[in-house]
Amino acid sequence: MSMWEYANPKRFMGWTRPVLPWTFALAGVCLVVGLVWGFFFTPDDFRQGSTVKIIYLHVPAALMAINAWIMMLVASLIWVVRRHHVSALAARAAAPVGVTMTLIALFTGAIWGQPMWGTYWAWDPRLTSFLILFLFYLGYIALWEAIEDPDTAADLTSVLCMVGSIFAILSRYAVLFWSQGLHQGASLSLDKEENVADVFWFPLLVCIAGFVFLFIALVLMRTRTEIRARRMRALEARVQRA
Amino acid sequence: MPDLGQYAVEVLSAYAVSVALLLAIVGLSWRRYVRVRAALERVEKNG
Repeated sequence: MSMWEYANPKRFMGWTRPVLPWTFALAGVCLVVGLVWGFFFTPDDFRQGSTVKIIYLHVPAALMAINAWIMMLVASLIWVVRRHHVSALAARAAAPVGVTMTLIALFTGAIWGQPMWGTYWAWDPRLTSFLILFLFYLGYIALWEAIEDPDTAADLTSVLCMVGSIFAILSRYAVLFWSQGLHQGASLSLDKEENVADVFWFPLLVCIAGFVFLFIALVLMRTRTEIRARRMRALEARVQRA
Repeated sequence: MPDLGQYAVEVLSAYAVSVALLLAIVGLSWRRYVRVRAALERVEKNG
């Protein structure tokens, strides 16, 4: 069976139904374990003091804010190339989750920045590109709401998503190619030498897993909702025509 | 409760707002999920 058949709305509803509760359960367990571990059972950092505990929210939220947009980009490209309705609806479903993650990353970053940098906000390349990404999220959601025809909305939001991807990528890599600004480099990388100390790293990994599972669970649930809403509109239109 | 020292307000407010936002997106998504499912069932029954 081709992988594209899983994107058939009926098949999608079938396989996501049993997967959804498990994904929510995994998200809940990882988030509770990670956040309790990080908040209650990790020491203060010698420079940051207790504000280091904000890392367990800020890093996973920022990671997911960027990756949610990348997921939307992939889904949008699938829509543009293959016209799979589920992929367009999945992109639409992911946007409010992504904007929530972006908001958490911006808020926790600002609240951490005040005691550490002496300011809530700086027009630093990464922070600025993150703020623009947040505005793109709002624009993307507004565009979906503003256009009545779902296929036209999917086309136009796909274009917006492609343009906004520049800022999603900038949010991730701005610190690498602009040697200015306040934001430090990555807290996590595949090169272990750049990672934070193990005592912070392990609970952080559990929190990241929690955010990833929560994102997947919410996108699956919201995509199921969008598929049902679309079917409902189609049935209502059929009744009106009859 | 760990001793958060002079940064207690910052740390606690970061956690409070983040958890509230996460609960809000889960709650709103769930509410719409239940409503749309019920509405579709009604339409399918009547149609």
